[in-house]
Amino acid sequence: MDVRVAHADIAAPVGTAVDTHCPYCALQCGMSLTDGEVAPRDFPTNRGGLCQKGWTAGSLLRAQDRLTTPLVRECGVLRPATWDEALDLIATRIRETQVQHGRDAVAVFGGGGLTNEKAYQLGKFARVALGTSQVDYNGRFCMSSAAAAGNRAFGIDRGMPFPVTDLANADVVLLAGANPAETMPPFVQHFRKSRLIVIDPRRTPTAESAALHLRPAPGTDLALALGILHAVVADGHLRHDYVAERTFGFEQTWRVVAGWWPEHAERVTGVSATDQRRAAAMLAGADNAYILTGRGTEQHARGSDMVSAWINLALALGLPGRAGSGYGCLTGQGNGQGGREHGQKADQLPGYRKINDPAAREHVAGVWGVPADSLPGPGRSAYELLDTLGTDDGPKALLVFGSNVAVSAPRAAHITDRLSDLDLLVVADFVLSETAEMADVVLPVTQWAEEDGTMTNLEGRVLLRQRAVVPPMGVRADLDVLQGLAIRLGQPAQRFPTDPETVFAELRRASAGGPADYSGVTYQRLRDGDALHWPVPDVDHPGTPRLFLDRFAHPDGRARFAPVDHTGPAEPADAEYPLLATTGRVLQHYQSGAQTRRVPELLAAVPEPYVEVHPDTAARAGLSDGEWALVSSRRGQVRARVRHIPSMRLDVVFLPFHFPGTGRANLLTNPALDPTSRMPEFKVCAVRLEVA
Amino acid sequence: MRRVVVAGYGMAGARFAEELRRREPDPERIALTVLGEESQRAYNRILLSTVVAGSMPEESVLLHDESWAQQHNVDLRLGVAAQRIDRSSRQVTLTDDSTVDYDALVLATGSRAFVPPIDGVRADDGDLADGVATFRTIDDCRRIVGRAKQGCLAVVLGGGLLGLEAARGLAGRGCRVTVVHLAGHLMERQLDPSGGRVLRGALEAMGIEFRMGTSVAGYLPGDGVKLSDGGYLPADLLVVSAGVRAETTLAAEAGLDVAQGVVIDDALRTSDARIHAIGDCASHPGTISGLVAPAWDQAAVLADLLSGVDPTARYRGTPVVTRLKAKGIDLAALGETQISVDAEDAEVVRVQDPARGLYAKLVLRGERVAGAIVLGAPDAAATITQLYDHGTPAPEDRLALLLGRALPEAAAVASSPAALPASSVICRCNTVSKADLVSAWRDGARSVDGLATATRATTGCGSCKDLVCGLADWLTSVDPA
Repeated sequence: MDVRVAHADIAAPVGTAVDTHCPYCALQCGMSLTDGEVAPRDFPTNRGGLCQKGWTAGSLLRAQDRLTTPLVRECGVLRPATWDEALDLIATRIRETQVQHGRDAVAVFGGGGLTNEKAYQLGKFARVALGTSQVDYNGRFCMSSAAAAGNRAFGIDRGMPFPVTDLANADVVLLAGANPAETMPPFVQHFRKSRLIVIDPRRTPTAESAALHLRPAPGTDLALALGILHAVVADGHLRHDYVAERTFGFEQTWRVVAGWWPEHAERVTGVSATDQRRAAAMLAGADNAYILTGRGTEQHARGSDMVSAWINLALALGLPGRAGSGYGCLTGQGNGQGGREHGQKADQLPGYRKINDPAAREHVAGVWGVPADSLPGPGRSAYELLDTLGTDDGPKALLVFGSNVAVSAPRAAHITDRLSDLDLLVVADFVLSETAEMADVVLPVTQWAEEDGTMTNLEGRVLLRQRAVVPPMGVRADLDVLQGLAIRLGQPAQRFPTDPETVFAELRRASAGGPADYSGVTYQRLRDGDALHWPVPDVDHPGTPRLFLDRFAHPDGRARFAPVDHTGPAEPADAEYPLLATTGRVLQHYQSGAQTRRVPELLAAVPEPYVEVHPDTAARAGLSDGEWALVSSRRGQVRARVRHIPSMRLDVVFLPFHFPGTGRANLLTNPALDPTSRMPEFKVCAVRLEVA
Repeated sequence: MRRVVVAGYGMAGARFAEELRRREPDPERIALTVLGEESQRAYNRILLSTVVAGSMPEESVLLHDESWAQQHNVDLRLGVAAQRIDRSSRQVTLTDDSTVDYDALVLATGSRAFVPPIDGVRADDGDLADGVATFRTIDDCRRIVGRAKQGCLAVVLGGGLLGLEAARGLAGRGCRVTVVHLAGHLMERQLDPSGGRVLRGALEAMGIEFRMGTSVAGYLPGDGVKLSDGGYLPADLLVVSAGVRAETTLAAEAGLDVAQGVVIDDALRTSDARIHAIGDCASHPGTISGLVAPAWDQAAVLADLLSGVDPTARYRGTPVVTRLKAKGIDLAALGETQISVDAEDAEVVRVQDPARGLYAKLVLRGERVAGAIVLGAPDAAATITQLYDHGTPAPEDRLALLLGRALPEAAAVASSPAALPASSVICRCNTVSKADLVSAWRDGARSVDGLATATRATTGCGSCKDLVCGLADWLTSVDPA
């Protein structure tokens, strides 16, 4: 009963270049593909540059272990199956599970790499075909703190409310917990004229290029932001007019900040009061200045407040909503922006609408052709969802699209346990990721250049990523998979179309009138090269490259200061675990590494898990450079090769999180959650270091 | 319902009220009354030196806004103080003769400036004479600022922490300042003689003058001060900064144990278990009073105890780090500072460069920082403070630590491409080493563009372009086509 609409199996003729974008990060560098070979393309975000990941992205299309047939677990082993067998099995098991345990017993987990169309359809599939409230995605682990703080301050969350190219005229840029020289290398071209202030406990390549590098102890960024803001006020740099005309809440916020004179902040952060004053003076003295945040300051159990503290600083200096200056966050995943707008988030409906807003429910239900009261309410956030899998109250079945939670979720060993307690785990991926290896059913799906779809990059610009190659025989697009399952679950086929452009047309209607309004974006406009930053409320609208120039999105048009205070890491170091571990990324790998570890050049450059440690700290643990170490926390133990890094703080070790098995940095991490964003504390936990 | 009464609305009392309400916001469970003797809202005493220096308006140092008490369900009574404690009936009588009952009473009465008995500093009514000010309250600041006009002659009695902050602030306002200090060197409680000398030099470079080893013997309003060594200084303003005394009258009259301050144990209890004391008025074994950090730590512990959030909470002291807040001077002193460089029971490392205002002394015991004086090396001060607070073993390279250079600079770009090791990565974006570029050159890529095509160097962020050009020039010279 397979009624999916077959695409005409055509792609660009041999030898023709197809314009597309890189499959990895949110910079979405312009590139072209000719017979699967990458060439850089001049595009405003990357200006013709590509990093090693982008250059080698074509290898993904030729991955040796590409999945081309569904797999079904039988007697503990995954064996090939037909699509009908796999989809029938999933649908049957879903129905059984829901009859026995209720609708919410089936959960869906999405990803920030999925196209807008897939993210949208996945949320709709969960709410309509499954009728479950239990849907969330890995963007909860990326962008949620910045999103929460952005909404709180400005009334809307668009990572960068200005085009990336505006940065080219910045005199000073403060980067808080961001390392773009490694995470999105072509981006740093925009800083040619800028002096950088980099906030990072490590001396990263970005920090090396900085005019001023401030190294707070992990988990103390908030105190540092308070100290710098104090210096701004005490040294006479506060923009009184701007604060009076365009903001609300400074008075109350100052009462907190007043208690954080730079010498006090120095004691908590380890950043000298002198440097805090220097940072304040540099920012205040610049004609054009930006404050940008990244995961380093966001992935904390108080991540939303940390971002709010940086936004407070930006507001005190009068940066947001002023041409040539501003605040922004550097979105991480390829579609980290669009992925957080169209309804795969537990509390959200398309167009960045709230799922508990009656008007939003009416509107979206109308587009979907279902009664509003049939839509479930908000569900669990990503970690809480994973944490309850297979438990009495939690989901018994999970469908994963575009995520590798066995490697990327915090407290990874516990998450693996939860996954193994499920009655049914379904993973759609194009390679056998570590999560797919655990699945009961694996569905081989198309990737990146094998399908059309839109992505929304870090500046809120909607991009068309065009199909450039024919997918291998046997794989299906995620949209086909969702339709196949929906039909088997009793949905009409036309409610789950498989053509991306048709899905996008529906997404436009669903988003119309919402904060992230895509209604004026069309594939044709994108093909014609229109640079469309949302909101785009109608097809004649030119898009909104710069938000906030006249007003912020709160009803009174003013931005909000947030009176946030420092509390410190959820798990401080102690006698048993005397060091602090922080986790992060390297240039050659992306996220869980499921893709980049399959690219020979990237794997050769960074082949194995490692731990960066100060030589003295390593020596105290009896470890030489290049030896294998065990790094342990209260939640697990990681095996990693020691790298002596003399610039490390004595009390901090760093591990990249891209590696599987015993090298998973997330075996250590602390799932303490932010009260607002539900972001786990990836960036600091207490560990000890031993010889392996 | 439990009734908690706080006598004092200064930094300790205000902080305790915030901490208690953070743990127990419900007024039905804990009724909180705060008594403030001054008629205005609590303010941050630490910031008064910035008010004197003129960089912050008075309004900015207030700890709470007007709605704070109402928002947090605090019965805040301003302009009244506790005048008597009746311990048997657990009742406080206020200066307006009203009474408040308590289940727990918190004394946070602070301290007052000590004014030595000097001829002429007090008027006949006992108030300070015209032109004399202490440096303790916001009223004091107003008094000082009111006099501190450009070119005004100011004498500061006392070269301790607060005296020097006042002196620096006055100098910044254009006053001609002389500090009179009885001890042989400045900040003798925190600094050793050498450190004190370097600090003096740094302050002298800012135009502040010093009379050491002497004191003020008399004050003539509108004229100047007589020194005890027979000298004389003309003065429009005399700031007396001769230390503080804990405000213990209330406690003593109630029969509580009082020494330097009200004696408390690790649960912040006085000799009456229903009465607690925190901050400057309290005397805890091993804790130096007069600083804000212990007061705040005590407030948090007491809030844990009185809210019932953590009945096992105890206050074990606060490691003291002294930071002088004086523009252009970066000084931190912590732990054991007076110990001799020749001490046999400790490792002492010292660097001094008085001409450049640098003095750094590090005292280590068993690899851990036991004390330090760091003047003129802000990075070192920040790092050493963290090692001290966290008990982290010090790095092997002591000198680098003391000089604030423990953090290596970015690898200096070698003067010549020839000097770079073959393995050094030239293009980070594409993991291209010098060796990769050299072999591409030898394979025929004889231009920058050719090297870019062959290796992808320069094709990411492009910041290695100059380096690749330099390399190509060098290769052309050593290996011409």
